[in-house]
Amino acid sequence: MDQKTMPFKGTKEQEEKLLTVIAKHKGEKGAVIQVLHEAQEIYGYLPIEVQKIIAQNLGIPLAEIYGVVTFYSQFSLNPKGQYQIGVCLGTACYVKGSGDILEKIKQILGIDVGECTPDGKFSIDATRCIGACGLAPVITINDDVYGRLSVDDIEEIIKKY
Amino acid sequence: MDKVRGQILCCGGTGCTSSGCEEIIKEMNFQLKENGLDEEIKVIKTGCFGLCALGPIVIVYPEGAFYSMVKKEDVKEIVEEHILKGRIVKRLLYQETIADGDNIKSLNDVEFYKKQLRLALRNCGVINPENIDEYIALDGYKALAKVLTEMSQEDVINEIKKSGLRGRGGGGFSTGMKWDFTYKAEGDKKYVACNADEGDPGAFMDRSVLEGDPHSIIEAMAIAAYAVGADQGYIYIRAEYPIAVNRLQIAIDQAREYGLLGKNIFDTDFCFDLEIRLGAGAFVCGEETALITSIEGHRGEPRPRPPFPAVKGLWERPTLLNNVETYANIPVIINKGADWFAGIGTEKSKGTKVFALGGKINNTGLVEVPMGTTLREIVEEIGGGIPGGKKFKAAQTGGPSGGCIPASLMDTPIDYDSLISIGSMMGSGGLIVMDEDNCMVDIAKFFLEFTVDESCGKCTPCRIGTKRLYEILDKITKGQGTMEDLDKLEKLCNDIKASSLCGLGQTAPNPVLSTLRYFRDEYEAHVRDKVCPAGVCKDLLKYTIIEDKCIGCSICAKNCPVGAITGEIKHPFTINTDKCIKCGVCEGKCPKKAIIRK
Repeated sequence: MDQKTMPFKGTKEQEEKLLTVIAKHKGEKGAVIQVLHEAQEIYGYLPIEVQKIIAQNLGIPLAEIYGVVTFYSQFSLNPKGQYQIGVCLGTACYVKGSGDILEKIKQILGIDVGECTPDGKFSIDATRCIGACGLAPVITINDDVYGRLSVDDIEEIIKKY
Repeated sequence: MDKVRGQILCCGGTGCTSSGCEEIIKEMNFQLKENGLDEEIKVIKTGCFGLCALGPIVIVYPEGAFYSMVKKEDVKEIVEEHILKGRIVKRLLYQETIADGDNIKSLNDVEFYKKQLRLALRNCGVINPENIDEYIALDGYKALAKVLTEMSQEDVINEIKKSGLRGRGGGGFSTGMKWDFTYKAEGDKKYVACNADEGDPGAFMDRSVLEGDPHSIIEAMAIAAYAVGADQGYIYIRAEYPIAVNRLQIAIDQAREYGLLGKNIFDTDFCFDLEIRLGAGAFVCGEETALITSIEGHRGEPRPRPPFPAVKGLWERPTLLNNVETYANIPVIINKGADWFAGIGTEKSKGTKVFALGGKINNTGLVEVPMGTTLREIVEEIGGGIPGGKKFKAAQTGGPSGGCIPASLMDTPIDYDSLISIGSMMGSGGLIVMDEDNCMVDIAKFFLEFTVDESCGKCTPCRIGTKRLYEILDKITKGQGTMEDLDKLEKLCNDIKASSLCGLGQTAPNPVLSTLRYFRDEYEAHVRDKVCPAGVCKDLLKYTIIEDKCIGCSICAKNCPVGAITGEIKHPFTINTDKCIKCGVCEGKCPKKAIIRK
């Protein structure tokens, strides 16, 4: 894949925040996943630079940290867009046509799942069931949820952002 | 509590939150204040009512008026008309609740609720999940008190065994036996854990319990911990469920504050505390050994069993692991007795089961029915049938581990054993309804795509086998399959089932096997006739314009993104199938419905 990696632009403040998080969880049994969750909240993603800080300060090999990060789908090695579009591909949404909705979004934005538009504004994820099956098909844009959609609604929704 | 003359219950489940209940609640409080009613009327944000399709839902007591699909603009009317003047706003009522004249039916008489028996969901939609006092007012923590002060560890285990409760997470193993194994296992420290990693797409019952009644899980885990001799518990929950995580944390904090978690609970020697652990998006972590590995902070890969977690679980210590819905039944069993519970359900499956109804059905949402209820009752009576007058084709239970049940088996009473005998399984309780527009080969492919993605890669049959299954299915949906492929599919399915390490691989072929069993004709149509009877598989579709119906308006040609449609105005147009990319735009735009796909 020709994924263009953005250079790491972590700030001193972010690093300090991360170190506090690590200090809070250090010594707790099995805390790696919790630390990674909080680190991702700080940086938006988990580039190798961030993983290194975590590895050094938790005293866990980088290889193991990397192994955990790549195992779980919620952890991302790539930056996300300012607006993260999640298209639910759970069964209830799928039988109600969320596959077509995903195609439409890809077509409008010109990017694939897991990618980010060049201006950094949108990224698309195909998510697992988010549990809003009663409203299928559903997409989320950051914290906003749009349900009972049809393909024709998509353009309007994206325009709002 | 202050004296109030009425209560307004607003559903705060994920379904209703997604359809905007927060705004409704804010507006409700604002309007009440405007009218000087905020002292006498209380707005309560509850857990899920179950009828997610009609959200946001608002119920006004004492009348019990059930308002559905409420919009922000409607709130003013509800407050000014109903609350202030006592006139129920009829146009906003859920249609089914309107009785003759001006009366409203009790919810228990409504088709959707009539056949339900809510045990696990007993408090969902009834109490404010963020207020421990409301839980206590409805017998909350009474079972824990009874267990700690009146029952021995063996008494508790025997009671659970006698109730016949089986694991609600899918497998259906006897809960009492599991508790007994953990109790008898030797270890200097033991753990209890709750599996709230509800990963089956289309299943959301555990989330609703956690959101609507988190204290019932805390209470049940404390009871379990006492029974097996543990002092520490973990709740492993999906990070995709932020509302549930938040309410659970509030509940844990409140329980600690009330001394219901911590040291010397109810002035006994029993000490117990709980921690939440977040998942990070891995379906395999719903498997018990993988979940344990994940709590320990590693890649969530399963381990071979035995040793079972009851003997060697978290950090090599005996660990009791049950699913959310299983735990939700525990306080009820202790309070009402094992015999009472065992009187509900079928011979080998006791109690109730919660199903998440979804897909092509009118009343999407959560339902809880006694075991032994038939699929037909759930789909046609409770679910209100299929929308748009379409024909029922199949119901899918058990998620990616389950199978598709055809119309001919609609009268099967649903319990663990009957579902397995017809090639599906209970799973965690997702029930997705499909109609004539769903292609069963495509559905099988959809589930295999899911398992290929979620296979952890540790064992070969699952990692490579599911990928090969997917490739064969993909070939068939593209019209390139052969009849030998169907036999190959079946053989490969059986090999994967027999040789995979964990439940994920062992059940991954079920969607393929069950669709092959009941919908073989659809597979054959794809292979032999190169058609997709449901009109789903794009490569097998052909769009054509019916000459007689076409008025030559040229709308289709103007909208075609690849210029595949040509013709002369006021004469029938034609589609060049070589150019056509089968996007379906023309079909949607044609004012005369002259374009068909088949």
